[in-house]
Amino acid sequence: MKTAVIVFPGSNRDRDMFHALEHITGTRPLSVWHTESTVPDVDLVIVPGGFSYGDYLRAGAIAARSPILKDLVAKAGSGVAVLGVCNGFQILTEAGLLPGALMRNAGLTFVCREIRMETVNNATRFSSKFRKGQVWRCPVAHHDGNYFADAETLKRIEDNDQVIFRYTDGSNPNGSINDIAGITNAKGNVLGMMPHPENLIEPLNGGVEGRLLFESLLDEAA
Amino acid sequence: MKARVIVTLKNGVLDPQGKAIEGALGGLGFAEVSSVRQGKVFDVELAGTDKAAARTKLERMCEKLLANTVIENYAIEIA
Repeated sequence: MKTAVIVFPGSNRDRDMFHALEHITGTRPLSVWHTESTVPDVDLVIVPGGFSYGDYLRAGAIAARSPILKDLVAKAGSGVAVLGVCNGFQILTEAGLLPGALMRNAGLTFVCREIRMETVNNATRFSSKFRKGQVWRCPVAHHDGNYFADAETLKRIEDNDQVIFRYTDGSNPNGSINDIAGITNAKGNVLGMMPHPENLIEPLNGGVEGRLLFESLLDEAA
Repeated sequence: MKARVIVTLKNGVLDPQGKAIEGALGGLGFAEVSSVRQGKVFDVELAGTDKAAARTKLERMCEKLLANTVIENYAIEIA
């Protein structure tokens, strides 16, 4: 499986993502700088975590207007798989590739800890290796992870099974509406999530469930 | 030409920062404060003198970048 990671000024989880992808796919991902105009032809494009542009204006707002985003939107429109983690999720919502918005955590503090979440939809290319209803621990590290969508949008994404991951067991770390931790677009080829699956791929990390997400994509690409 | 863009959260969107400020004002003894909503102000200087054209441009700036219209409203004042 060929992959690419888009890097912005202030990205800081890009190396974790490179490591995870190389380890799991056996192929080194391509690194794409935000000023480039074309996303290479790959099976999966990743927008990694970090603090692009120092979260100026709104988290992800400036990065979502970078030159590379134009082609990313086009590639996503043609069905290429796109994964945004943490700041990547914020960037994808700001770019309009995913519905809703990510706001300041309800508790106002930066949260850096493990949460528990449930894979509520395993019928997607990102989650097929999970059991439906599988509850797993995953690290989060963010200040703006409070997912919000208006009532109409929320109903639409719930009815359409676009919520893939939900915080569970009272571990919602940010006040996210409906405990939403990760959603896809209507077509199902773009996933955004606040937790970091790339940091849960080795027993030394305390778990390997994050691998399931990448292995689901690997299966799909095979 | 000078313009001011004011971006505020839409009604119904939770504003934890506004709530925290509201609580702090209460703590300082301003018991009359019943609600605070936090927003942003942008002072923008533009070339040209056509106010209508400037307003159209500023609306586009708001829609494209300055506001996230999923959660925010904007108002434009031209001096």
